[in-house]
Amino acid sequence: MSTTPAVAEPIRIRFNPIVAMLEWFGELGIFVWQVLRAMVTPPFQVAEFVRQLDEIGAKSIPLVALAGSAIGVVLALEARYSLVRFGAKALLPSAIVFSVVTEMSPIVTGLVVSGRVGAGIGAELAAMKVTEQIDAIEASAVDPRKLLAATRILACIVALPLLTLAASFCGVLMGWVASTLVEPISLQRFIETGFRGAGFKDFLPPTFKTCVYGMIIGTVACFQGMRAKGGAEGVGSSATTSVVLSSLFVILADVILVKVILLLFP
Amino acid sequence: MQAIQDSTQAEKNIAETNEPAIVIEDVTKSFGEQRVLDGVSFQVKRGETVAVLGRSGTGKSVLLRIIVGLQPPDSGAALILGTNMATASSADIAAARKQMGFLFQHAALYDSLTVAENVGFPLTHHRQDLSESQRRDRVTELLHEVGLEGHDDKMPSDISGGMQKRVGLARALALDPVVLLLDEPTAGLDPISSGEIDELVLKLQKEHQLASIVVTHDMISAKTIATRIALMDKGKIVIEGSFDDLQKSDERFVSQFIHRDL
Repeated sequence: MSTTPAVAEPIRIRFNPIVAMLEWFGELGIFVWQVLRAMVTPPFQVAEFVRQLDEIGAKSIPLVALAGSAIGVVLALEARYSLVRFGAKALLPSAIVFSVVTEMSPIVTGLVVSGRVGAGIGAELAAMKVTEQIDAIEASAVDPRKLLAATRILACIVALPLLTLAASFCGVLMGWVASTLVEPISLQRFIETGFRGAGFKDFLPPTFKTCVYGMIIGTVACFQGMRAKGGAEGVGSSATTSVVLSSLFVILADVILVKVILLLFP
Repeated sequence: MQAIQDSTQAEKNIAETNEPAIVIEDVTKSFGEQRVLDGVSFQVKRGETVAVLGRSGTGKSVLLRIIVGLQPPDSGAALILGTNMATASSADIAAARKQMGFLFQHAALYDSLTVAENVGFPLTHHRQDLSESQRRDRVTELLHEVGLEGHDDKMPSDISGGMQKRVGLARALALDPVVLLLDEPTAGLDPISSGEIDELVLKLQKEHQLASIVVTHDMISAKTIATRIALMDKGKIVIEGSFDDLQKSDERFVSQFIHRDL
């Protein structure tokens, strides 16, 4: 059954946001496919990947370490209050270690990196797009999806678990510092108590789930940046939407991955 | 080496014979309701420079983007060294692009790279057979060719618009292209810098025997560097010929365009 143009136009306007969202997902799917194909086709852009690993990974360490430290301190103070009330003070090291390593550190790292790196990639690629630099790369017979997107996405995937480890380390360390300032406890005892009964299956899946966050942050930021339109406004808009969408998808992925991890590693 | 290996038989044939390097066949392109190109056709042989002139928004830059394969035409074809840029495989398009040099309107230099790195960009990606020192020598040679020796380590933001265009030109020539596409090479430049760019393009034409298309508003520049001029209006080529042919034309639009500019 065909719809006449007179009827189709109001329907189109009414459902415009939905159509735009479906178009966005469609274009994202095509982009992901093109990047995946570029990733596995030689020549590989190793130098650019290493440069991005430094830019995305090494340069994010101070911020991630600070965020991890803050989590450790806050958890130590908050958990102590609750555990003392219920007479379970001895569980404080475990509460800090498990909270930091299994949930707080991965999600905070994901959100901090989506803010710093998402905005950076989104703005950088958008600026390159609106000044025709990406077209110039393509005109030089170099695939911009391979050179710009694949390298950044891979760097995000590799960097996120490493940054999460750094955040977890700082969180546990500062959790101990905060605990020992209130009630002295040796670091060795804190660690022994904190990690008692824990195995790799408790820590590896939550750490490596951040690879998915890295993929989300890199993909969304590269996609938003490379489809930027207009001048400075387009660049600003790409940076903002990169952060907003990557943060949103990281939180949604967290919800799904927690369930998946609990199912696979009961 | 790779660039050479990627050269197709068609490219070699064109380089050896007098076949047109660029063939534009009945190209149309619309954006929404607006038709910017409406059945555009012309050919360019090696050693020829065709200047495409026309009012703003007549699709001149879009035509160049179609030739490079950055945008597909709605219908018609742009054949570069025998490769249809809209329908060929990615590998064939890449091979054809290695035979093309493209100077963008605003130079489109990579702002995170130095002048030397910008010029060396195509060499880094397509001439792995060259050693680092050979690549450096080639970059120095190219910068010398465009009169920018000694500016290697400057960033694009530290040089003038005219110098940026020269760097863009050096980058476009890095892989010894057969086809050269220039989008408004003199736009935004003072008359002296425009003259220098024109002289440079003429010199490069003479030395490299390129098949070139120059999109411009600048009639003086077109008169200086072009062997033929194609004047566009409302998406169509209204006249194509030498500058003298254009001067002799009775068409009102043609005489308006020429006499306003000269």
